[in-house]
Amino acid sequence: MTSEPKGWGPSLAALLSGLLFGVGLGVSGMTLPAKVIGFLDVAGDWDASLAFVMVGAIAVHAVLYRLVRRRPVPLFDGTFHVPTRRDLDARLVGGAALFGVGWGLGGFCPGPALVSLGSGSGAAVLFVAAMLVGMLLQHATNAATTAAPKPKPPEPPAETQPSPGE
Amino acid sequence: MTNFTPIPALLGGILIGLSASLLLLSHGKIAGISGIVGGLLTPGTPDRSYRLWFLAGLLAAGVTLAVLRPSTFPSASSSPLWLVAVAGLLVGYGTRLGSGCTSGHGVCGISRLSARSITATVTFMATGALAVFVSRHLLHLGGRP
Repeated sequence: MTSEPKGWGPSLAALLSGLLFGVGLGVSGMTLPAKVIGFLDVAGDWDASLAFVMVGAIAVHAVLYRLVRRRPVPLFDGTFHVPTRRDLDARLVGGAALFGVGWGLGGFCPGPALVSLGSGSGAAVLFVAAMLVGMLLQHATNAATTAAPKPKPPEPPAETQPSPGE
Repeated sequence: MTNFTPIPALLGGILIGLSASLLLLSHGKIAGISGIVGGLLTPGTPDRSYRLWFLAGLLAAGVTLAVLRPSTFPSASSSPLWLVAVAGLLVGYGTRLGSGCTSGHGVCGISRLSARSITATVTFMATGALAVFVSRHLLHLGGRP
């Protein structure tokens, strides 16, 4: 790991990135749980908007990702922290399955819920509080089970941090 | 598809793609919201600064939109609060167990053609659709969206 970057550049870049992400979620309608539930409601009045959000985001990022990765290093860090695991395991599928159930029940995923905090919505505050508790519960059970030995594939250094930030 | 809004959806998606690219270019990080938040809940995470600034940006976007464009947010929750709490618990636990959410797997991972992220996205969309079917059509929780 490199030391924490100095100066205002890194902070401003992260702030601007968060701002863009939040405005994008708001503009796209993803801060409306009804639109998210409408996308997942394939048996009802289906709303394809969420698919268009993903298409727009993936189209831009797929191109820019490849351009950015031509650089040897990012602007303010010594290395790229991009997940490199390729194995499909039960944690990945089980976790995604649980997340999907919660996503469908509430119409919130983490990003839109955090943006909605800015509106002062009581439901968003409750959702985020419960989400943080769920994350801490997972960390606690994870810490309790990682004592048991389990087979791990060889991992490059970028994977050694506790959260790959996927 | 009475509520279909393809143009704002595409525009918003483009902003999200730009955001993820900016975070990668500046910090070399994946714009995965659950990972960014989860790292702050883990003692000893070294790179707290970019996480806090990114989250500050998300919140600032929410405040700005709430002032300039109140229709960005629902006027009232369409779900009972106990359901919102259960949903939050599942989202928190599931995203950390599965190493990502809609942003990290759905946007960033698919952009890299990651097999793990494609698998995760197909999985959470399938169980999400199932949850909506059971909760809204079978149990009639929260009414029709």
